[in-house]
Amino acid sequence: MSVSEQLTVQQTPEKVLEPVLEAEHLRKDFPLRTVRLFGPPRAVHAVEDASLALYPGRATAVVGESGSGKTTVARMLARLYDPTSGVIRFHGQPVDLKARGQALRTYRRHVQLIFQDPFASLNPIHSVRYHLSRPLRVHGHAHNRQEETEQILALLRRVSLTPAEQFIEKYPYQLSGGQRQRIAIARALAVRPEVLLADEPVSMLDVSIRLDILNLLLRLKDEEQLALLYITHDIASARYFAEETLVMYAGQMVEGGPSEEVTQRPKHPYTQLLLSAAPDPDRMMAGQKLQLPARGEIPSLINPPSGCRFHPRCPHAMEVCRQRFPRRTQLGNGHWAHCFLYGDGDGEPVVSARLKTASSTGAAESTATGGAGLGTSSLTPPSSGASPSSQS
Amino acid sequence: MSLGKDLKHVATLEPETIPSTFPKKFPRRDSRLARLGENLRLVWRVLTSNRKVAIGSSIVAFFLLVAIFGPLLAPYDPTATSRLSETPPSAAHWLGTTATGQDIFSQLLYGTRSSVFWGFLTGLLVTLVSVVVGLVSGYFGGIIDEILSLVTNVFLVIPALPLAIVAVGYFPKGPLTIALVIILTNWSFNARLLRAQTLSMRSREFVTAARASGESAWRIIFFEIFPNEIGIVAAAFVSTVIFVLLAWTALEFLGLGDINTVSWGSMLYWAQQSDSIFSGLWWWFAPPGCCIALLGAALALINFGIDEIADPRLRSEISEHVPKELKEKAVT
Repeated sequence: MSVSEQLTVQQTPEKVLEPVLEAEHLRKDFPLRTVRLFGPPRAVHAVEDASLALYPGRATAVVGESGSGKTTVARMLARLYDPTSGVIRFHGQPVDLKARGQALRTYRRHVQLIFQDPFASLNPIHSVRYHLSRPLRVHGHAHNRQEETEQILALLRRVSLTPAEQFIEKYPYQLSGGQRQRIAIARALAVRPEVLLADEPVSMLDVSIRLDILNLLLRLKDEEQLALLYITHDIASARYFAEETLVMYAGQMVEGGPSEEVTQRPKHPYTQLLLSAAPDPDRMMAGQKLQLPARGEIPSLINPPSGCRFHPRCPHAMEVCRQRFPRRTQLGNGHWAHCFLYGDGDGEPVVSARLKTASSTGAAESTATGGAGLGTSSLTPPSSGASPSSQS
Repeated sequence: MSLGKDLKHVATLEPETIPSTFPKKFPRRDSRLARLGENLRLVWRVLTSNRKVAIGSSIVAFFLLVAIFGPLLAPYDPTATSRLSETPPSAAHWLGTTATGQDIFSQLLYGTRSSVFWGFLTGLLVTLVSVVVGLVSGYFGGIIDEILSLVTNVFLVIPALPLAIVAVGYFPKGPLTIALVIILTNWSFNARLLRAQTLSMRSREFVTAARASGESAWRIIFFEIFPNEIGIVAAAFVSTVIFVLLAWTALEFLGLGDINTVSWGSMLYWAQQSDSIFSGLWWWFAPPGCCIALLGAALALINFGIDEIADPRLRSEISEHVPKELKEKAVT
């Protein structure tokens, strides 16, 4: 992506580009079916509050480590899971989340999911022809065997599986990982969707073919104006691939904005931690050490930490972080974060007694910003009812 | 050709295209016929590659042939009586005669047709019921699963043969009654087995992928999940047929079937009625008994063979017969 492209994207106001698919305040709890004699039934709080919008011809990346709820978001958008609460809008129209049968099939004609593991997502006993013919038949794009064959061959060529005539009769076990993922992409394309949800499409593939698959998805996005959701744990590939990046931690969206902004000027301590974990040749050449100590791991989602779920790992954690989840703070250029270091939605940074002393080198910039409002000590009183995360 | 040139050629290849050394003209084949031929060849390979399966299936094939063509070869009418009662095997009566002078060899040929036909048909229906109940219950889960599991569990703990004896005595006598009662009392075990398998299968990603592409539930159950369980279903079918043969014979032996039809069970019933064991008329009860034992053993052999084929450690035996084009690909 060139700089000029990036600029045009930023300069065109969002009003010009209508979002194809929008999600607002999606939340998903998976009830645990364990019998408890005492206490309320428990649940895994996989996604707490996720909002995003997908635009035609643009890619949005969702990054986060395992268990952060990225896949759950994709599966809710693909309508494989029913959200516990929240709204999904397709072309501005709210989607009926109770719909089954024909209505659900109509939705899936527009929104398709690519799975993470191409070794598991293809049925071992069916041929490539069967895999690609089913969506064509189900959605009424092909009515006889000849139409079917023609369209399958065209699909195979679109995903660069040539000679297509040879691949059409093959079985999954005869294909490599990259070839299988191309079949999976072709299967999603067979439906002729407007939105493609790619759930870690390259994480199970050999490093040498990852870029091929990513470039294939980029080409499809540009040529067919597909709206792409790209889910990954690799923040570097998000920068390469997507115009917009959202960072998730333990089911909460903590930071988002244009990919260049988020990856070059990360604000949230978790994003900084993620970036410091990604290998960076420049930093390594400069002989710098990791800026943030990578400590701890993702918390239990059955009993998540109160307030901001990152606070047990955060070097800047404050008392207020335990009490509630901060509101969204706009940082300019479409960049936003949910962190008390930068304010609580009103732009006023929250300063209070630190739980732990921040590591001296760690994110000097953010410490400075945090210290700017000293004196006023605007410790916001815990408002237990208002914040979405205070349900526990 | 110089080495450098060669390397350059390789380096510029598209990663997912097949090298140009691959035969351009892939043998054109009409895919449906070719697929059928391939499948038949595969079945033949499976039948012949394992000795147990080979022996078992030849015996079963022999019985099937006898069931189909046997009655055409029968020298006498199996129910016709004669004055030659209780004669030992001879040139005229290869397996001797009964107390009423019926030819036992002819009876055996006719009896094979009836026993094999009803045995396999009932086995098939029992398997069908278990497949439908097991897969539907496992795939849908929730309240459907709760209800079907409850029914399955109830039928699992009911002692099958005593219930069958009571039920057969209650309804009008005939093969249809026996078939229905055997189906009723025997479907639950395999249903349970297939439900467990389906439970693990439905969370597999290709099932989720099929749902995401808009497939209907019944299509997913019978076209995505069922073919992956075909090995278990085949094994279940074979063992069910053994059980059905034995149950069928037992019910007829007890006189609960139609004793006027000729089958292995009714032959044993009449042999028992005439005290053939105490009179030393071994040629009366031994042939149907041997047939049941032999067919049962053959089916058991097939089942052992299926186990061996399913065991990955023994899979090398089949993998020698990899499709030709794969071998070629490996070489190029």
